[in-house]
Amino acid sequence: MKPKLWLAIPLIVLAFFLAAVGWRLSSPPNPTVKSRLIGQPLPEFALAAAVPGKPALTSADLKAGEPRLLNLFASWCVPCIAEAPVLVDLRRRGVVIDAIAIRDGPADIARFLADHGDPFARIGTDPQSQVQMALGSSGVPESFIVDGRGVIRYQHIGPVMPQDVPTILAQWEQAK
Amino acid sequence: MIAEIGLAALSLAAALALLQFAVSLAGGRLGEVRALVVPVAVAQGALTLFAFAMLIWLFLRTDLSVRLVAANSHSLKPWFYKVAGTWGNHEGSMLLWVTVLAVAGAALALFERRLPDKALQATLGAQAALALGFFAFLLLASNPFARLYPVPPEGQGLNPLLQDPGLAFHPPTLYLGYVGLSVAFSLAVGALVTRDVGPALARAMRPWVLGAWVLLTIGITAGSYWAYYELGWGGWWFWDPVENASLMPWLAATALLHSINVLAARGGLRAWTIMLAVVAFSMSMVGTFLVRSGILTSVHSFAVDPERGTFILALLTIYIGGALALFAWRVGSVREGARFDLVSREGALVANNLILSVILGTVFVGTLYPLFVEAATGDKISVGPPYFNAVTGPLTLALALLLFLGPLLNWRRDDRPNLRRIALPLLVSMLVFAGSFLFGAMSPLARLGLAVAAGLTVASIMPLVGRNLRRTPLASWGMVISHLGVAVAIAGAASDTAFTRETLAAARPGETLTVGPWTVRFNGVDPVAGPNWTAVEGHLTATRGGTALRLDPQSRTFSDPPTETNEAAIDTVWDGQLYTVLGRQEPGGRWQLRLWWKPMVTLLWLGGALIALGGLLALIGRVLRDRRQRMRAREAFA
Amino acid sequence: MKLLPLLLLALAGPALADSAQPPAPYAYRQLEDARQEARARALMEELRCLVCQGQSIADSDAELAGDMRHLVRTRIKAGESPSQVRDWLVQRYGSWVSYAPVLGPETLLLYAAPLLLLLGGGLLAARRLQRRRG
Repeated sequence: MKPKLWLAIPLIVLAFFLAAVGWRLSSPPNPTVKSRLIGQPLPEFALAAAVPGKPALTSADLKAGEPRLLNLFASWCVPCIAEAPVLVDLRRRGVVIDAIAIRDGPADIARFLADHGDPFARIGTDPQSQVQMALGSSGVPESFIVDGRGVIRYQHIGPVMPQDVPTILAQWEQAK
Repeated sequence: MIAEIGLAALSLAAALALLQFAVSLAGGRLGEVRALVVPVAVAQGALTLFAFAMLIWLFLRTDLSVRLVAANSHSLKPWFYKVAGTWGNHEGSMLLWVTVLAVAGAALALFERRLPDKALQATLGAQAALALGFFAFLLLASNPFARLYPVPPEGQGLNPLLQDPGLAFHPPTLYLGYVGLSVAFSLAVGALVTRDVGPALARAMRPWVLGAWVLLTIGITAGSYWAYYELGWGGWWFWDPVENASLMPWLAATALLHSINVLAARGGLRAWTIMLAVVAFSMSMVGTFLVRSGILTSVHSFAVDPERGTFILALLTIYIGGALALFAWRVGSVREGARFDLVSREGALVANNLILSVILGTVFVGTLYPLFVEAATGDKISVGPPYFNAVTGPLTLALALLLFLGPLLNWRRDDRPNLRRIALPLLVSMLVFAGSFLFGAMSPLARLGLAVAAGLTVASIMPLVGRNLRRTPLASWGMVISHLGVAVAIAGAASDTAFTRETLAAARPGETLTVGPWTVRFNGVDPVAGPNWTAVEGHLTATRGGTALRLDPQSRTFSDPPTETNEAAIDTVWDGQLYTVLGRQEPGGRWQLRLWWKPMVTLLWLGGALIALGGLLALIGRVLRDRRQRMRAREAFA
Repeated sequence: MKLLPLLLLALAGPALADSAQPPAPYAYRQLEDARQEARARALMEELRCLVCQGQSIADSDAELAGDMRHLVRTRIKAGESPSQVRDWLVQRYGSWVSYAPVLGPETLLLYAAPLLLLLGGGLLAARRLQRRRG
């Protein structure tokens, strides 16, 4: 090899650095972590009822032939308040919604449902985020669409806002 | 008015930098240029320093009509943190950066006597070019003196978490080190322009590199201790991108420091030293950019600002790309240095440079790799401690082993290296290695670390054996102390890895726990209050044999902004540190306690301090000797 | 324009609101078996906290980090190997969750880098040395 070729290496390293960094400056980082389980069957779980008088939630409930929207929420989570009316609206449009309450207590959940509406068919309680992690979720609120055979079809990270409704409905239709 | 004066001073300094650059470019055609360039460089440094002083004054007065002050200060802050707040934000820290750059240029112009006029002129031209870009960045994209209207009634910067002496001193120390390397960069560029690379260049560069290296060593050591006591989990190095950003210039400067000695003493490693000088300051700029732009996810992240990020990136491209291109173009005409054998002081220093460069390259690749992968494939990956430790651990030990022999070798060639002098250190290492099995299971790296550290403690002193200590130059003492510091730091790190004991438990008042050899009684908690926080203070009594310690870790709650922090209580005894943290109260009245017994961990920072002290001694020794020589030369001339 | 260091958030735990629930049993408690605890501890240092800016779950006060520690400890206690627990998490969150990158086509260059640097640098030094001799 000619000695001159060595001299270009630092410049090449610099070019790589500039390309990667320039790319990052033009497309800012997305801090969310997507679940890898989309397209995979739902993990098995059986959660106790989150509030008295409301049915508990097991993975079997989510394989009953009908698609479901699985919402992860918590009474202590501020964005969950923002999405609550949108979920009520989705329920009115025929979307069946089950929920998992993350790190929450029955009294707080009951108060949250009384204040912000209760669109949920079933609510399971996940006091130590163990099922949340089994789903590959890393925060609240998050929502999954699970089809009738129990396969996760779609994940929505963050609160479901009015502008997200068409996407959710389309995914819901596809999952049927 | 103060703000306008500051801005005017800054603009004038920028104009002078432009003048200095232009005159240097014009070069010899103007005849005796030194007489012009030197005063301009000094005036530029003085004006920038003045502008920075004006900003400090604005912060001290809490002049809320200045946007930067309104956003980052508060009239109720203690005066000390008002001053520290000057550089605790983007604009202020960039102004500090430029101030150091310009003042370094002025000092170079005033005190550099060894370099030929042409080389000094080219060097000051390069320094002016560097300053010019950052002046432009300040004036066009980060004006620290911008006014705010309407004037808010109070500032927004009363964040109690930023009121920490560590945070006040840590960034400026690192910045001084970062920017001190700019002089080495400019000297390298000047040498490439004039095609004059030799011992005179090395002697001119050495004090700057030593000084910058000492400051970087202090900054990194102090930052590590700060993370250790502040984060509350007993860790002292996390391979966080921001830590890596400060480590990379240090690694390059360490390599440069050693190769400079070859150039100064023997005239060898010419091209390589120039390359390292360019790389060292490039790493400083890359580090500042990575930290300031927030493009890597880090504990220390700052918000991303694409516009400013692009501006600094453009500057980086011009400076680093320009210097590297100049290097590729001109290095062919740099004469090869003096020859040496594999077994020689030069040979050992080449091996040292090779290992340090591999560590530097690995840290660079590892830090940026997630970015490359995401840019290329969209996948997110994490590169963290398992990778960095696995690579840098063995390389560091190899470097330490090299230290057994290297400083004992003769320059140029050493046919009969004094192997007797390394027999004792090697024996110590082997004994410690064998003895470590008495202490049970530990990671192989920790075991080797303890062995190498023990041997190196002896080996590092060997260069002094048989010498007249009174006549041993200060620089040699510096080398010995720094190398001893390496041994001490490795011992601390290995000991922490091998012997740390951890106890996590929830306890009721009156209960006792044990951690390592200590029995820790939890006496209960009390509420305490500070100026802007309330806290629950735990009371612990730790006993071992006849020794009893009182530790009072706190769990603090700040109201504005609402945050909770753990204030660890750390007690240092002769053979280690007891590290205690009070967590939350669990249902049922138990309190979470985290206890660590860390034997000999203190050696880690002591080692860092010794390394810095050695560098300082070497710096003083070199400067004094230089002065003596100059005076002697003057006398001889007269 | 805010340039407040997110460091504050990191020191203060998660950027999210906290729940009022107690931490999971094994979030702040060690396993009874010291060997199992050592294995769990080593793994926790290599797992990335999902909601922090860049900390491992071994040194984060975030609630989810506590729940992740609980998950790691209970699975190790139940007899799973550290690599099984890591794989379980990587299956769900991708390679991102592990600070030890999974060796694969994407990370080949990462793992080869130190060796390539050592080889390249060594060659360069050796060539110089030979030329000096010759």
